Amino acid sequence: MLDIRPRQKVTRADWAAYMNDRAASARNPTIRQFFDTPLPAPDTPIAEVPMVALDMETTGLDERRHAIVSLGVVPFTLSRIAPARRRYWVVKPSRPLFATSIAHHHITHSEIAGAPDFDAVIDELLPMIAGRVVVVHFRNIERPFLDAAVRVRRGEGVMFPMIDTMSLEARRYRQSLWARFRRWLGRPPVSIRLNASRARYGLPAYQGHHALLDALATAELLQAQIANHYHPATPLSALWC
Amino acid sequence: MDAELMEIRQHMSQFPPFDALCDELLDEVAGRIEVSYFKAGSDILLLNADAHELCYIRSGAVEVYRRQGDLYNRLGEGDIFGHFNLLRDHKVRFPARAIEDTLIYFIPDAVFQKLCEEDEHLADFVELERPRLETIAEEQMQSNDMMVTRIRRLLSRAPVTVSVDISVQDAARQMSEDQASAVLVTRACEQQDAPRCFRNDQGQMRQICGIMTNSDFRTRIVAQGLSAQTPVGEVVSPTLITVQSDVSIYEAMLTMLRNNVHHMPVLYRQRPMGIVHLSDIIRYETHSGLYLVSNIFSRLSVEGLARLVPDGRAAFLRMVQEGANSQMVGSALSTIGRSFTRRLLELAEDALGPPPVPYAFMVNGSMARNEQSIVTDQDNALVLDDAFDPDHHDAYFQRLAAFVSDGLDACGYTYCKGDIMATNARWRQPLRVWKEYFRGWMSDPTPETLLHSSIFFDLDSAYGEAALVDQLKDMIAEQAPNSPRFLAAMARNALNRTPPLGFFRTFVMENDGKNNKSINLKRRGTAPMVDVIRVHALACGSKAQNTFERLDDIHKAQLLASGVSDKLRYAFEFLCMSRLRHQAIDIEKDRAPDNNIEPENVESSERHTLKDAFHVLSNAQKFLKFRYPVPSSHGERR
Repeated sequence: MLDIRPRQKVTRADWAAYMNDRAASARNPTIRQFFDTPLPAPDTPIAEVPMVALDMETTGLDERRHAIVSLGVVPFTLSRIAPARRRYWVVKPSRPLFATSIAHHHITHSEIAGAPDFDAVIDELLPMIAGRVVVVHFRNIERPFLDAAVRVRRGEGVMFPMIDTMSLEARRYRQSLWARFRRWLGRPPVSIRLNASRARYGLPAYQGHHALLDALATAELLQAQIANHYHPATPLSALWC
Repeated sequence: MDAELMEIRQHMSQFPPFDALCDELLDEVAGRIEVSYFKAGSDILLLNADAHELCYIRSGAVEVYRRQGDLYNRLGEGDIFGHFNLLRDHKVRFPARAIEDTLIYFIPDAVFQKLCEEDEHLADFVELERPRLETIAEEQMQSNDMMVTRIRRLLSRAPVTVSVDISVQDAARQMSEDQASAVLVTRACEQQDAPRCFRNDQGQMRQICGIMTNSDFRTRIVAQGLSAQTPVGEVVSPTLITVQSDVSIYEAMLTMLRNNVHHMPVLYRQRPMGIVHLSDIIRYETHSGLYLVSNIFSRLSVEGLARLVPDGRAAFLRMVQEGANSQMVGSALSTIGRSFTRRLLELAEDALGPPPVPYAFMVNGSMARNEQSIVTDQDNALVLDDAFDPDHHDAYFQRLAAFVSDGLDACGYTYCKGDIMATNARWRQPLRVWKEYFRGWMSDPTPETLLHSSIFFDLDSAYGEAALVDQLKDMIAEQAPNSPRFLAAMARNALNRTPPLGFFRTFVMENDGKNNKSINLKRRGTAPMVDVIRVHALACGSKAQNTFERLDDIHKAQLLASGVSDKLRYAFEFLCMSRLRHQAIDIEKDRAPDNNIEPENVESSERHTLKDAFHVLSNAQKFLKFRYPVPSSHGERR
């Protein structure tokens, strides 16, 4: 089962060209610096790629109506995750925080009251992830929220390649022949949520939702996915999107 | 540490050795780990690679191997490995592989070294077996006062002494004057090195002839109708049980119980320091075992004795719960067992009449070693005087043996499955036949014949003419050290039962990697350890029967490298205690106690120590093979 080709279209085939373009046109120094930092080449074996797992908690699912509440990042490689070099930020949301999402995240009003605006986070976050491949579980939250939040504050957004552990899971459990056969039989689809995916690889269940813990969980999941379905020499281009 | 990595810290805080770390150090460890996932079947540590981290299993399972590839250990969630590599030369000596999908936390060497420096408990935990076993065995030892307090503390005054030639009336008067319940009878003595000779306060050399107690005046004088003018020397009993002043109260108590005496002179070298009475000890520490033994001797029938069995269990339970060590429990239970045996023999002689020839009732196995547990069968034999004539005398001894054997069975000492009982004609023989048996076992040994007779190499007299058994002991001690083929055969038999590797989750892990549901701790731990130590004891001509006393002799003979006998002692103590504790748990939970322990009842700290003890045993067995090789003349046998 090595190196399953993604069926879904890769959004940007040539990330290097895109990054170069953005570096040339960027007005904000932090953003220019970010795009100026070269990414590993697409043919780099995954075993040699510096990565950073990223997770955020938001007040909802729509980046136009909801806001980022907290953000956690954990640098790692295929062989080691380094929680010691983790970063975590609680952000004062630009939009009101609803009681329901408080219960969900365990982040309280008082924590948020003392927190900085996301603008302050940008200057710390971007240098931290620059030059590394960002790994998330479900990029359709992280990517648009990050882009929108930076765009609002700096006048231009950020886009960059990501490895999405959920879509790697989907390739295997939603789009494979076997998965389609299962669906044809009327079986319910296999869950590809973070904890359910981890359980398939014998990874422990972590309690609760916390941006940093979920980032760690995502990094562990990617290590497990590569160990089980890919080869350490798999080129980055086969995994990112 | 930031609250957000509580998950890691929380997990580590539940498992030893991290569970005992102070918060500050735990924060530091949890904050500095690295994480990695290993698919089932993939290598975690490769032999001879550089080792710079301690490994902690967050989830999954790992096997650790020896250099040659033998399984060393199988570990699960919360276990650590790789510390030996860090403690030695930072090369991987024990490679490791994931046997399930596994998540490992790596702790950097610098953090590990700091933990070892700042946390004694952790340092103990990661060091190779001895220190951990030692610490725990010593903790167990110190927790009981009777074991460490010496008998001299109970002596309130010097003994009252009378001269051998005064009348019993004068002796009684002297005792009343001094308000003493016992008096030592002494006589003048010329030679300084005669037994029981000492210089008294007046500077005269005296020799102790015996002890006269209140009850002796009743039984030996009044009941016999003797005159008040009879010289004391004529009635005093020549047998005298004494102890040295530096033995523990406990040992002194056992000596009294074993010999069924209530007064006992306490000596410093040869000099009497005082007389201790059983009630002194009871006052010092009320101990249920005592009452039980005195109860045994007051029973008039087998049924009466059998009714005391629950008391024996209760006494056992109390001792284990009060933190007695294995020697205390073992000798107390053996004393109880011997008391049952003695009392049964007394009852048998009452019923059958006096024996036609002198005999010794020999006990073997754990009772001879004073290491009985609550689960035990009977191993005994009769050593008869050489005047024994089977045609005339055997019917008596057959009935005597049957009476005792049935009685012991009724009292919970089940019949021996191997038929090592005095009821078996083969083991009911005069001394000369016994000598032939032993000579044959030692001079023409085969592992097969010794397999069933090795139990006779733990021997002691429980009743009757102890000298008969002592002669056999002397003979063994003389001949065994010079019988290399015998030692080799005994050594080979001592390797028949091996310890498991340790525990893995709710299973016992065997050396071939198989998992078992439970382990017989006697068969796989204490018994092979006894076997190993017995071989060394025979080799150095020790007459001791108790495993700890044998270790003392082995140590004195410098048979083993320094420190090895201590290691064996701690391991044996721990194995015995584990077995006793699990039997106590069985009794508490109203189950029939046995020698099995189930891993789910083994606490995590006990697991680690047990594993160390198994390891010590396994090494001791390997050494045995090498130390007592089969001599080259092996082929000449028969």
